[in-house]
Amino acid sequence: MTATVPPVTPVDKPRRIKRGSVIGNTGLYVSIGVAALLFLVPFYLIARNALSTDPEITGENWKFFPTNPQWSNFTELFHDTTVDFGRSLFNSAVVAVLITVGTLLVCSLAGYGLARIPYRHANKIFYLVLGTLMVPPAVTFVPSFVLVSSLGWVDSYRGLVIPVLFSGFACFLFRQYFLGFPKELEEAARVDGLGYWGAYWRIVVPNSLNFFAAIATITFISGWNAFLWPLVIGQDPSAWTVQIALSSYMTNQTVNYHLIFMATAISILPLVFVFLFLQRWLVQGVAQTGIKG
Amino acid sequence: MSTTTTRGVARPASAKASPARPRRGLRGSSTFNFWLFTSPFLIGLTVFVYVPIGWSLWLSFFEARFTVTPSKFVGFDNYWQMLQDSKFTGSLVTFTVFAVFIVPATWALSLGLALLVNRLRFMKAFFRSVFFLPTACSYVAAALIWKMSMFSGVRFGLMNTILGWFGVENIAWLANPDPPWYWLVIVTLRLWLQAGFYMILFLAALQNIPPELYEAAAIDGAKPGWQTFRYITLPQLRATSTAVILLLVIAAYQAFDEFFNLLAKTTWGRPPLVELYYTALGESQDYGEGSAGAVILTLLILIVTLAQGKFLGFGRSDDK
Repeated sequence: MTATVPPVTPVDKPRRIKRGSVIGNTGLYVSIGVAALLFLVPFYLIARNALSTDPEITGENWKFFPTNPQWSNFTELFHDTTVDFGRSLFNSAVVAVLITVGTLLVCSLAGYGLARIPYRHANKIFYLVLGTLMVPPAVTFVPSFVLVSSLGWVDSYRGLVIPVLFSGFACFLFRQYFLGFPKELEEAARVDGLGYWGAYWRIVVPNSLNFFAAIATITFISGWNAFLWPLVIGQDPSAWTVQIALSSYMTNQTVNYHLIFMATAISILPLVFVFLFLQRWLVQGVAQTGIKG
Repeated sequence: MSTTTTRGVARPASAKASPARPRRGLRGSSTFNFWLFTSPFLIGLTVFVYVPIGWSLWLSFFEARFTVTPSKFVGFDNYWQMLQDSKFTGSLVTFTVFAVFIVPATWALSLGLALLVNRLRFMKAFFRSVFFLPTACSYVAAALIWKMSMFSGVRFGLMNTILGWFGVENIAWLANPDPPWYWLVIVTLRLWLQAGFYMILFLAALQNIPPELYEAAAIDGAKPGWQTFRYITLPQLRATSTAVILLLVIAAYQAFDEFFNLLAKTTWGRPPLVELYYTALGESQDYGEGSAGAVILTLLILIVTLAQGKFLGFGRSDDK
């Protein structure tokens, strides 16, 4: 009676799997392909507009591709005097690099100290760090601006970089990471006569480059893409970052579409390269941390 | 069948001093080292996070217009002002509408993409990259594309061009609050920018589900597809889902960049941060009311986060 049941499933099962795999796979690839195309539309629009002339962009009939790719838009952008785009690119590069280096240094040291060096009040201090995660950084921009302007740091790299370095989140992530770091390695180093400082620089850091790279990529991206803080601090155009320059294009009276989109393309390109080449670390880092830029 | 895999189990934090080094003097040296390592960060954190928070609280009880030196103690007046200000309360409503759309939409889209990508046999890395790539864009760049090319109110915009092929008249996407088409612009923008990021989180979680669970379910007669999704995948993704929703709500509260750039000159569709920006740094430079608004917003975020934690069981991920 129950003996009739087993034969049914084996016969039924392979057929279902086979049919499912052919139709299912086609359906799967078609649907994911459509989704991927939709996700690529904005990139297509940037490229198309950046290499078009204004009449081509604003014409009545949609042109899918510029007939004559205008590579000269690139040089024209940097000769445009209304917004010093080159300067803003330079500012962004400096700021993003400084933020990345500074965050890695300051937050990794603190994370290591909190994770590894025995101290009576380490836990209480850790809770003070955790507490700052509860207050979203964007909400403190009013008092932060008040503080930074009273220090006279408006329109300066100091103002753009230093207040951003002390990320409770990065510190927290480094602490969690170092807690999981194999202790035996450090203990061997300690037996060999290295202090905490030596063990950290000679053993821990060289063996943690993957994690540092992941945090570095994410910090660099958020530094490059930051908008609210640079907007608040960069009052003078000479202190503008790329994002502020882009934003200023949107409110300008005279609209040069081809220049605006060339600028957008240039602002995105460095990060697209970061994404393509550091993909592995980036995905790993995001999966480990779950940070937003 | 009941093999419980113990991957991703955190090492116990060894707070207890190890008995291997009971030497005197070491305690002092480790205290010194502790401060050596942590003080650069802790000093910065105090100056640039705790001081501003404290200053904000202090300023919120004073009249401080055009100046950061408070002139007159006004008690809770700034708070009442902000709570009666229809623009500020309206911005909270704007936020709520935004969150109601964006949180479930991003959750569903990123989970859907993760499930699709996870099933791929070839070109997995390619598709993952495509969906993740928008994370490289800034909100400003995306706002620019959305406002000036995709959802431009004139015919040369992509959407109006496509609609034009079907004989639909131009739609002024952003310039008109009625009908509120601007929501479509804002929600699609953020969806495009952030879905890939959360997809990665879901992908990581999906790969951590032990395959034995699916085998066990198949033996028990569960049909692959909806049933295994409903009874295995979804419950196994619970911890990640909770974290994702929490991050999404917090990110939605902090919405600034795209609203500021898309709706710069309009009076509608201002979320709290944009409203605070105009209060504190706009024409009136009212730091007192701006600070009060910031405190109200922070409290609100805290309440929502805690309530959500209670409701969704944040931190109860150990019920494997």
